[in-house]
Amino acid sequence: MKKIATLSTKDCVSCGCCEKVCPKKAITVYNGMYAKVDEPLCIGCGICAKACPADIISIKEVDTLG
Amino acid sequence: MAKKKFWYEYLWITSLLYLSLGFFNILFAWLGLLCFLIPLIMSFAGGKKGYCNRYCGRGQLFSILGKRLSLNRPIPKWIYSKWFRYGFLTFFMAMFINMLFSTYLVFAGAKDLNEVITVLWSFSLPWNFASSAAPVANWVKQFAFGFYSVMLTSTLLGFVTMILFRPRTWCVYCPMGTMTQLVCKAKYKE
Repeated sequence: MKKIATLSTKDCVSCGCCEKVCPKKAITVYNGMYAKVDEPLCIGCGICAKACPADIISIKEVDTLG
Repeated sequence: MAKKKFWYEYLWITSLLYLSLGFFNILFAWLGLLCFLIPLIMSFAGGKKGYCNRYCGRGQLFSILGKRLSLNRPIPKWIYSKWFRYGFLTFFMAMFINMLFSTYLVFAGAKDLNEVITVLWSFSLPWNFASSAAPVANWVKQFAFGFYSVMLTSTLLGFVTMILFRPRTWCVYCPMGTMTQLVCKAKYKE
């Protein structure tokens, strides 16, 4: 099991607050439209979730292969 | 080891400076147009929202103040709903056009210069101390009063929501942010 950040792209306001705080540069605002998580890079620390002003990022446990 | 700071991490100073300069001479309000034009140009030309993330002085100011002052509570869902965000953008633009119209009336000589700052589109503050001692036309001054009202009102709204919710709650319904996101979405047709 691995923890990663997930978000609803539909609700994302693309302010970039998450991008600013991510220690792994794993979350970026994709073409100014919504934030996108680079899953292999994400360590699920949850810093972005706390910074998100719209509160739409949550940390989810996912199954990983190896 | 302290992280190296970039020049653009100090842009919050310009936001503070802008608000304080308005107390001395209202004509400085014209500088606020930069906060309108730069993000729009960046989104049109680059198709990104780099302004919000990197250069927005107001956002930086709210994050800094928010570290101490914010209650850091989750925001109500309706604030980030499309209805509210686009509704606020429309309202904001309507008020902006209204302000441009007042400027036009002064320009055309149909109205006298009104030296007030209107906060929250309804409360008038007398602002004659910051008088516009400059050899410029009255409409230039009228625009400055109107524009400073817009900037002060939005800073106040941002400040209140900064305290009540997350530090950068303003970013959620910031009309410029919504507009640049729309530009980007149109550009990439999503």
